[in-house]
Amino acid sequence: MILKFVEKIGVSFLGSCQVLRDGTMLLMETLYWIFIAPFQPRIERRKPIDVKAVTDQMVFMGYDSVIIVFFVTFFTGIVLAMQSAHQLSRMGGVIYVASLVTISLCRELGPVLTALVIAGRVGAAITAEIASMKVNEQIEALDTMAISPIRYLVVPKFIALLFMLPLLSIVGDAFGILGGYVVGVYNLHINSGLYLQIAFKFLTLKDVYTGLSKAMIFAVIITLVGVYQGLKTQGGAVGVGRSTTKSVVTSFILVILADCLMTGIYFFTGN
Amino acid sequence: MDLSQDKVLSTQRIFKSYNNRQVLEDVSFDISHGEIFVIMGGSGCGKSTLLRIMAGGVVPSHGEVIFSGKDIGRIAGEEKERIRRKFGMSFQSAALLDSLTVEENVSLPLKEHTRLNKDVIHIIAMMKLKLVGLQGFEAYMPNELSGGMKKRAGLARAIALDPEIVFYDEPTAGLDPVACAVIDQLILDLTKKLNITSIVVTHNMESVFRIADRVAMLYQGKLLQVGTVEDIRNSPNPIVQQFIHGSIEGPIQMEDKLSEAIF
Repeated sequence: MILKFVEKIGVSFLGSCQVLRDGTMLLMETLYWIFIAPFQPRIERRKPIDVKAVTDQMVFMGYDSVIIVFFVTFFTGIVLAMQSAHQLSRMGGVIYVASLVTISLCRELGPVLTALVIAGRVGAAITAEIASMKVNEQIEALDTMAISPIRYLVVPKFIALLFMLPLLSIVGDAFGILGGYVVGVYNLHINSGLYLQIAFKFLTLKDVYTGLSKAMIFAVIITLVGVYQGLKTQGGAVGVGRSTTKSVVTSFILVILADCLMTGIYFFTGN
Repeated sequence: MDLSQDKVLSTQRIFKSYNNRQVLEDVSFDISHGEIFVIMGGSGCGKSTLLRIMAGGVVPSHGEVIFSGKDIGRIAGEEKERIRRKFGMSFQSAALLDSLTVEENVSLPLKEHTRLNKDVIHIIAMMKLKLVGLQGFEAYMPNELSGGMKKRAGLARAIALDPEIVFYDEPTAGLDPVACAVIDQLILDLTKKLNITSIVVTHNMESVFRIADRVAMLYQGKLLQVGTVEDIRNSPNPIVQQFIHGSIEGPIQMEDKLSEAIF
């Protein structure tokens, strides 16, 4: 009984090590194709990075996600403003709703909420695409044609999300601040100019950087988890569904975990 | 045809096991230039694995696959890529990239591996499509094609880079008899016209007798016999005889599997 339990722990520990190792390999190979391969002498290979594939992915991941990001962050801004107004009014500091909303959005909520939305929308799409290619032998076909699936499929997605997620976070920050502004001006009757002045008075560039650095890490997590789950898929349509679910759930957990870790680092280093 | 010609590919004592299950045991044979070599055997006998080992996609547990003096399983990187560019592979499911049109699929290897300009690539792709009888379908998406047409498009892609060897994984599986005959004829034509070597995995006996120059019979991961079509037809081996005649009675026992499946 106890032995079995220990055995189970051992097996899952080894499994986690395997996942970690495979994930690192995937990251290394992706980075190789982005940073090293383009600068190596090429004999027959034409273009290591397909610019058109990257821009296509940017449109899908970035531009097409603006609306859903708007809905999530705008209403979060509203809710945040109302909740904090309720608390701050007791201390007679309703005016500070503006800076509270702005700073918490830029440092924290903007990047995290955007990342979660994107993990659901883009992460799932990445996994579903790669998983169905895997079960239909298309990944193997690329491999036999000596076309690296990492270079052909993963690199454009990786680059695109690495740029688009920080951009979307900024857009999300702006929408959230707008939500707060709407509550502040039309509900709490703070003067519009004053609201904006207070909103940006305490906001430093460092707050924005912090948020953006998080967004970049989240982008790496979402792409890698999506691709990893996709490439690991086995067993037809059911397998594709299972991988997609796993990808989204894993991304969610890892995004929150990474956020906690990074906030901790910034907190304890005084940034 | 003279079979003592120079050999292009040879497998030497191939063993392969997955999770302690022996899939291939001691498989060795040579394949000569320009022949159609068919590997036949029942489902799960390891023939697809053997094909993938020969094509360099799977590394054997033991043994070597020699192509132009190199062991395919032991090379890596640029060298392996260079060798694999001389191979074409036609997949059971055709494996066309479904986000690309037929023409884009065929031109993909050319785009990725050559410095030819767009117009030249277009011309080559159209030529390959014509070879497999798919002119006029270049703008179609793979999901708009029938099974047989997908296979042919996959074949056009496999020969896009003028390979030395083309591997076929179950080229006629799931096709109607006429489409089967068309694919078989195509394999024959391409092999002879383009002077390539074809290695075909199939369990379709009609196909085997139509196209094969030589046949290897695989049974439970072991090589039973390698020979010409005549050798196989007149084989004294009861397993081979049962397989080519598709009879229920014989040394290949399916009852166990059947009863397991039913109960």
